[in-house]
Parts: sequence; structure tokens; C-alpha cells
Amino acid sequence: MNFRLLSAAATLALVAGMAQAEEVRVYNWSDYIDEDLLTKFEEETGIKLIYDVFDSNEVLETKMLAGGSGYDVVVPSGTFLQRQIVAGAFQKLDMSKLPNHKNMWDAIEARTAKYDPNNEHSINYMWGTTGIGINVGKVKEALGDDAPVDSLALVFDPANMEKLAECGVHFLDAPVELIPAALAYIGEDPDSQDPDVIAKVEPVLTAVAPYVQKFHSSEYINALANGDICVAIGWSGDILQARDRAAEADNGVEIAYNAPSEGALMWFDQMAIPVDAPNPEAAHKFLNFIMDAGNMAAASNYVYYANGNLASQPMLEEDVIGDPAIYPNEETLKNLYTTSPYSPKVQRVVTRLWTKIKSGT
Amino acid sequence: MRRFTLIAVPYFWLLVLFLVPFIIVFKISLSDTALAIPPYTPTLDLSSGWEGIRGFFAALDWENFTFLTTDDLYWKAYLSSLQIAAISTLLTLLVGYPVAYGMAQSPDEWRPTLMMLVILPFWTSFLIRVYSWMGILSNEGFLNQFLLWTGLISEPLQILNTNKAVYIGIIYTYLPFMILPIYSALEKLDASLLEAAEDLGCSRITAFWLVTIPLSKQGIIAGCFLVFIPALGEFVIPSLLGGSKTLMIGKVLWEEFFSNRDWPVASAVAVILLLILIIPIVLFQRNEQKQREAEGQ
Repeated sequence: MNFRLLSAAATLALVAGMAQAEEVRVYNWSDYIDEDLLTKFEEETGIKLIYDVFDSNEVLETKMLAGGSGYDVVVPSGTFLQRQIVAGAFQKLDMSKLPNHKNMWDAIEARTAKYDPNNEHSINYMWGTTGIGINVGKVKEALGDDAPVDSLALVFDPANMEKLAECGVHFLDAPVELIPAALAYIGEDPDSQDPDVIAKVEPVLTAVAPYVQKFHSSEYINALANGDICVAIGWSGDILQARDRAAEADNGVEIAYNAPSEGALMWFDQMAIPVDAPNPEAAHKFLNFIMDAGNMAAASNYVYYANGNLASQPMLEEDVIGDPAIYPNEETLKNLYTTSPYSPKVQRVVTRLWTKIKSGT
Repeated sequence: MRRFTLIAVPYFWLLVLFLVPFIIVFKISLSDTALAIPPYTPTLDLSSGWEGIRGFFAALDWENFTFLTTDDLYWKAYLSSLQIAAISTLLTLLVGYPVAYGMAQSPDEWRPTLMMLVILPFWTSFLIRVYSWMGILSNEGFLNQFLLWTGLISEPLQILNTNKAVYIGIIYTYLPFMILPIYSALEKLDASLLEAAEDLGCSRITAFWLVTIPLSKQGIIAGCFLVFIPALGEFVIPSLLGGSKTLMIGKVLWEEFFSNRDWPVASAVAVILLLILIIPIVLFQRNEQKQREAEGQ
């Protein structure tokens, strides 16, 4: 009896082990892919795909730095990627296993090389801007027809925020997004690493924080779409998804996205393979699958973010490639800025400042 | 020998599940941050032998603990957590005691069912239960819709994302931990003592104060500790239900760990939290011991 139990357990373990060899674990941002692509990958490769999501770079980074996350593909943003590469968290990509890499867009690769020199460790998945999403009707109601909807003054001028607080405002809970925006608003360099310059945003953000209903990095999609809130500082594609959900629900909510005229943060989400990935072979297959022009176009058409894949562009729908909020024209592109990672010392100043702004302590 | 083995089991358990993790956290709290995997230094390198171990201990220091005294955020967060934990413990007692009393007074055949009803919520994931409170308390949630419908209020009440929601969440989550020990104390209560009190001229209310409450004291104390201790370090409830103004040490810990990537300072915060918790835990243990001795007599 005991022997039979033991052998049964051994068989089970063996089966589990075999199954594990055919698994690939992907850790991506929430609301960030067309889920049909996941089944398509499984059908094409026969590899079981385990897909988990997160909504903050900090959570991902902690998993990476702790090591042994068990993920094969993760998607940090540029500045976080840069720091994690220095920490030795990612392996170099084997380009011979990535034939679809030829589809990538050199204009984007030139920019992401700032974070990942020579793009050795990562491929661009999507990129976008951080800006302001509004409920057109409610903002008009609160501020009148000439509301500064394409300016940071909408959210950083207490006079406007006082009126908007009634209908609800969400900010991203991400100091690395909000502090550069506030710096741009007061005319400082948004990429400043100088604690004295960064400290200048404190009065600006403290003045409007009481009118912010919630600092959160994913709830605003639904909140905007349902009409629970009227303004959110958020990521471009998320706000456009909210626009779409509202249109589908036909609930009379009209959402619009604007990259602020004072300058908007341009960010890049990069797919990379952790140094201790259990199945790097399958991870490369997944990256190659994602870089397929048709697949990448499907993903962008679904989530309303621009991608770093040039070959996918002919397959993008008109409301994606033709929307300057997603694929900015030359004019807007000039207005976009990028940021670099903070050093640990400056990071501490930034986090402390953020806590102070949010909690008043 | 058998007796020794029996005693060794719980102590071994305590060693593996409490002391070893504590030593690991304590060790990290004496380290410095580094951009590496894991993100702190020094790490113990046994390959270089005695020298490596000596170097390891030389690199440890108390810097992170002195750092905690330089910023008022930390003690404010500890105090605010103590306050929230204390108030919610008191409120849980006020809600839990009548429930436990009602259960103890109910007919014998109902008691297993009532007991079941108290335990039943545990069958659903804690996270889902807290999430559903978001649905109940939000501005468009059930509670506000209901109150608006009854005409009691004309504007939705802002409960979600405030400390009120945190109190509701803690009371709801920890209520069974308050009810069960009080119920078990009340269940043992000898009804003839109350009759005797009434015979001697006590009104029912005075008898309740003079007999029932003192005899259920052990249950009240146990229930309060079981609520207070986990509420103090609570993270999930304040982060889901609380607003940005809710200051609790669990959230500060999260920020040190995730936003600052400063595992050493996060560990120092955790060590201090543990020291604060040890006081009530020791008091609780002592109370338990006294109770056992009293019962033994």
C-alpha cells in the first residue's frame, strides 16, 4: 500500500515536472494585452502560458531584486529596466532565436537604448505618454467651456481642482510620473535629479492633494468609464480604453485624452527575460511571437497603445495609428520628454516627499 | 523522555516559524542597501571561511535604527497604528460581546448553527471579502444607494477611502476572533450564580455587571488581544479601504520595501513593530497562564 502510494506520488511529480518543462510564465501589466493572443500562443507552440498581471513597477522590481520570481518574461518600464540591468536581473537576449526582431522600429529602439544600451536585454512592447483623461461633459459642467483640458493647470491649479473635486479626480500613485509632471508645470527640468529642485513640487502637489479622491494606478480606467470620476492623470492607453468601455456601455460618458501642452512624459515598457528564468527557451519563443507584426498589431488595436514594431503599422486600425494621442505627430513628439532612474538617495527623498504629499505627514 | 519530546515540539515550531525568520529580518536591518540581487549588503559568504564571517559581522551596524529617529513619519505611523488598532478593538468588543452573549443565552440546539454562522465567512477568501466592502461602501455602492433610497441622506456619504472604512473593515474581519473566546467564557458560566445574585437582591442589570462581566473577563481579554495584535500591523485593509491620509505602519513598511527598495530600513521598521507587539503578546501569554492556573486549582 505504502509502496503504491509512493509510486503514485512519484508519477504525479514526474508528470508535474514534465508539465513544467512546457510552461512559460509571463508577468505583464494589467489590462495590457488582447487575451486571444494568449490562446493563440498556446495553440501555435503547444507551450502552456501562465499569465499574471501587476499594476506597479515597484512590485515587479521587488520581485526581480529578490530573485527567484519564477517568471520567464517580465515587462518593466525603461527607468526601472535600466536599474534592474545594473543589478544583474536580466539575461542578454539570444538574437538568433528572435527572427522577428527585424520588425522592430529603429526610431523607438534609438530611444530605448538610453535604458538598455544596444537593446541587448529587452524588446519594446508598448510605449505611450502620461497625460490627462477627462469626462468631457462633467469637466465642462464644472469649469465651463474654456476649461484648460490640454494643460497641466487643469490638475495642478488649486482653483480648478477645487471645482473638479466634486466630480472626482484620481492621480497615478507613482511619484516617478507625477513629480516630473509637476516639475514641467512649474517650468523646471522634468528629469531633474537635484533634491532641491524636486522639493519645489511639494507646495504645488500639496495644494491640490486634498482634492484628489484617490492615488491609484489602475482603478481609474473603470472609474472614468463608469462616470465615477471626471479627471484622471494616467497612462494614455488606459484612458483610451476607458473611452472605449464608456462608448461600449453607451452610458452617456464621453472620455478624452490629452498629452499636456507643457510637456508629457514618454515611457517605454520593455519585455525582458530574468536572469534566473526557469524556461528561457520558451521565453524567447514568446518574445518572438509578440514581435510578429500581426500579433503586435492585434495587441495595439486592443489596448490602444503604440508599439515599437514598425512592420505592424500597416495592420493597425485607423483609430489607433491615426490618433495623435497614440501615435503622436512630429509637433507633439517635440513636446515629449523622457526621464532617468533616481539614485537610491534621491529615490528616498522622492518617496518621502510623495508620502508627505499624500498623507500630510 | 516522552515528556521532553512533547515539550520540544512546540518549541521547535516556535524556533522554525518565529525565531529563524526574526533573525533573518534582524540581520537585514543591520545591513546597507545595494543595487544587486538581493538588494542589500553584506551577504554571508561562507566560501571565504572565517575571514568572510568576520568581514560580514564588521559590516553590520545600527545605522538604520538611528535613521528611524530622524524622521517623524515613523513614530507618527506607529502611534496612528496603535490608535487605529485600539479604537477598532474597542468597537469590535462592543459589537462582539452582545453577539457572544446572545449565542450563550440561546437554546442548546441552536448553538452549533450559530457557531457555524460566525465561522462561515472564513470560507470565503479574506481578500474577496475586503474587496466586496469596497462595493458596499463606495459612493455608488449598496449602502449609499440604500440610504439615498430611504431618504435618510440626500448626498452620498464618503466612507470608502477614509478611516471609517478601515474601522469597518477591521471590525468585520476580526469579529469572529472576538466572539469565540467570549462565547466560550460565557458558555461555561453557571446560571445558578445569576439566580443567587438575584436572590440576594441584585437587579438583572447589576447582576450582569457584577457576575457575568467579571466571569467573562478572560474571554474579553483574549478576544481583545486576538483583534489588537493583527490589527496593529494590518496592511491589506488600510490599503484597500483606507484613503491616502490613513497612516499605518504596514503601509510605511510597504513603501520602504517597494518604493525605496530599502530592505534594511524596511526590516528595521519591522523589528520595531515586533518589539511593540511583543508587549501585548507577553501580557496575553501571562493572562493565559493565570487562567490555566486558576482552572487547575
